[in-house]
Amino acid sequence: MADEEASVLRVERVVKDFGEGIVTRVLHGIDLELARGELAALIGPSGSGKSTLLNLVGLLDRPTSGRIVLSGRDTSDLDDEEITLLRGRLIGFVFQFHHLLPAFTAEENVVLPSFAQEGWASAEMRRHAVEVLAAVGLGGRAKARVTELSGGQQQRVAIARALAHRPALVLADEPTGNLDTASADEVFELMRTLNRERGTTFLVVTHDERIAERCGRIIHIRDGRIVEPERAAPRALGGPG
Amino acid sequence: MPFEWFVAIRYLRDSRAQTVLILAAVSIGVSVIVFLSALIGGLQASLLKRTLDTQPHVTLAPEELVARPLLRENVRAAVTIERSPQRLQSIHRWRTLLDQVERVRGVVAASPTVTGAAFASRGVAQRPVVVRAIDPERFVAVVDVRSRVTRGRYRLTGNDVLIGKGLAELLGSQVGDKVRVSTGDGREALVIVRGVFDLGNESIDERWIFVPLRIGQTLFDMPGGASTIELRVGEVFEAERIGVELADLTGLEADSWMKINEQLLVGLRSQESSKLMIQVFVVIAVALGIASVLIVSVVQKSREIGILRAVGSSSGRVLRIFLIQGGVLGLLGSIVGSALGAAFSLFFERLATGPDGSPTFPVDLSPELFVGASALAIGIGLVSALLPARRASRLDPATAIRNG
Ligand SMILES: Nc1ncnc2c1ncn2[C@@H]1O[C@H](COP(=O)(O)OP(=O)(O)O)[C@@H](O)[C@H]1O
Ligand SMILES: [Mg+2]
Repeated sequence: MADEEASVLRVERVVKDFGEGIVTRVLHGIDLELARGELAALIGPSGSGKSTLLNLVGLLDRPTSGRIVLSGRDTSDLDDEEITLLRGRLIGFVFQFHHLLPAFTAEENVVLPSFAQEGWASAEMRRHAVEVLAAVGLGGRAKARVTELSGGQQQRVAIARALAHRPALVLADEPTGNLDTASADEVFELMRTLNRERGTTFLVVTHDERIAERCGRIIHIRDGRIVEPERAAPRALGGPG
Repeated sequence: MPFEWFVAIRYLRDSRAQTVLILAAVSIGVSVIVFLSALIGGLQASLLKRTLDTQPHVTLAPEELVARPLLRENVRAAVTIERSPQRLQSIHRWRTLLDQVERVRGVVAASPTVTGAAFASRGVAQRPVVVRAIDPERFVAVVDVRSRVTRGRYRLTGNDVLIGKGLAELLGSQVGDKVRVSTGDGREALVIVRGVFDLGNESIDERWIFVPLRIGQTLFDMPGGASTIELRVGEVFEAERIGVELADLTGLEADSWMKINEQLLVGLRSQESSKLMIQVFVVIAVALGIASVLIVSVVQKSREIGILRAVGSSSGRVLRIFLIQGGVLGLLGSIVGSALGAAFSLFFERLATGPDGSPTFPVDLSPELFVGASALAIGIGLVSALLPARRASRLDPATAIRNG
């Protein structure tokens, strides 16, 4: 039990195939564990299965075989309604393209996950949303339509949305991939600060070695397998500098 | 506000142009339905009223002496109408039958009458008339002649009579004038005009003459008798059914207004079915409009729907978001459409009025019409949203986010 509490995520022998008839195996038996409070980077070439893995971990999709255990709960046998509930409660998503809802304000976007799960928006939820927006440096823009915000600001709102319902695990799929270097640094630093100060567990997919190196842990994936850093990135052998 | 309502209303507000256009379409559809129903309902009501204001709902008479051609029994009818009015017969034991008939469920009023053909003359003017000998207090509950008396009074005692407006003109007689009524076999009565009525039917107003029952009994040689029992029923369209029941009960021949006015009923029914057909097409057009707008919206928003699912809204909530949009479009459309339809109906009613200022096309804007139209519109909204909503709720979130 104590062991389960320390581990936010355990991925066991997860295989994912796509297609019927001609089946493509995208993930070949992934094993992975994340401890509470980790900030981990998932790095690998395009098409290596990063998003696929994130979707499985985020319960947006189901593995072909293997188990995904979130906060000690085995998710294999849950039905769709239970999956939706668990996803809403445990997971926060940040996507490459912010994927905010353009019809809503920053604050409304941030409230959305709690609102969608509860069915009602309480004053407390709204207050908390504004607080989280302030924490990502957008205290003044709560009432702004997300379409009025810059790319970096939008991604901060997306981070606030991922955090506001206090998920056990935030999954970020190339959250800085669509930003210029300066904004990317800012957004990443924000996640690092939130990780440090709030203890939120992050799994961040990135192409960017610079960003990966600033994470507490780097997980390399290649052709649907977790690989040792030496084999994945020979350049890293020489070390920085 | 619940999550589904919040998102649904925001989506409607956000795609304003689409919402306004489809609302306009729904409103026009509803207004057509309201206007059409009001107009046809009004026409039917006034036709019915005009017919029923001057007629008993059911007439009972001895079988062999039905004075009208019956469409169902052409052969015998041809014989019966050839019989001369002198052979008018009294209903056997009519007082007992009247008592029985009055107790039948659905019968509101019953009145014994003697009806026959005669001539009315004043000076050199002479006109063929239909003598309607009635018990004034009973008869007024069957056909409200009292409210139709335009000059003089509704009074039938002694040798008082009431004559139609047209007949008064033809005879040149006023209230207080004496008129002679005579039958073919030489019986006659000298009566005094107490009132002039206007039943709104030219041929009746030129022919009918109401006399006290006793005078009719004398004129047609049936002391203490009654040739017909005339009735009013509570539910006018029940008249035929009640008539059949009464015929069984009394052994008399029953004629309902529905049988006599078969042409009118056929007309009403075909009006009703063409109205229904137009409404069905309007409903289909409105439903297709709402459905297509929502389908486009689901396709446009499939990534957003994926996001909603990703952040924890169940597929049921997504389903309801789109159902609510359909329902709200229906509801708003029905409010605007009802107002529009009512305005249009009233305008139309004002447009054409008869010489006395009453509308030529009276419209029937009953509350039920608006409730019905609104329920219909909301129902259409929900039903036509069903397909898009199911589609939205079944989107796979991962795929929707990837490709949407
Ligand atoms: N829904 C899917 N159907 C078929 N193939 C898919 C699907 N999702 C991903 N793939 C394939 O799986 C591989 C890994 O994709 P992805 O996980 O998106 O890679 P990454 O995020 O690392 O770039 C790719 O070859 C991709 O084409
Ligand atoms: Mg990817």
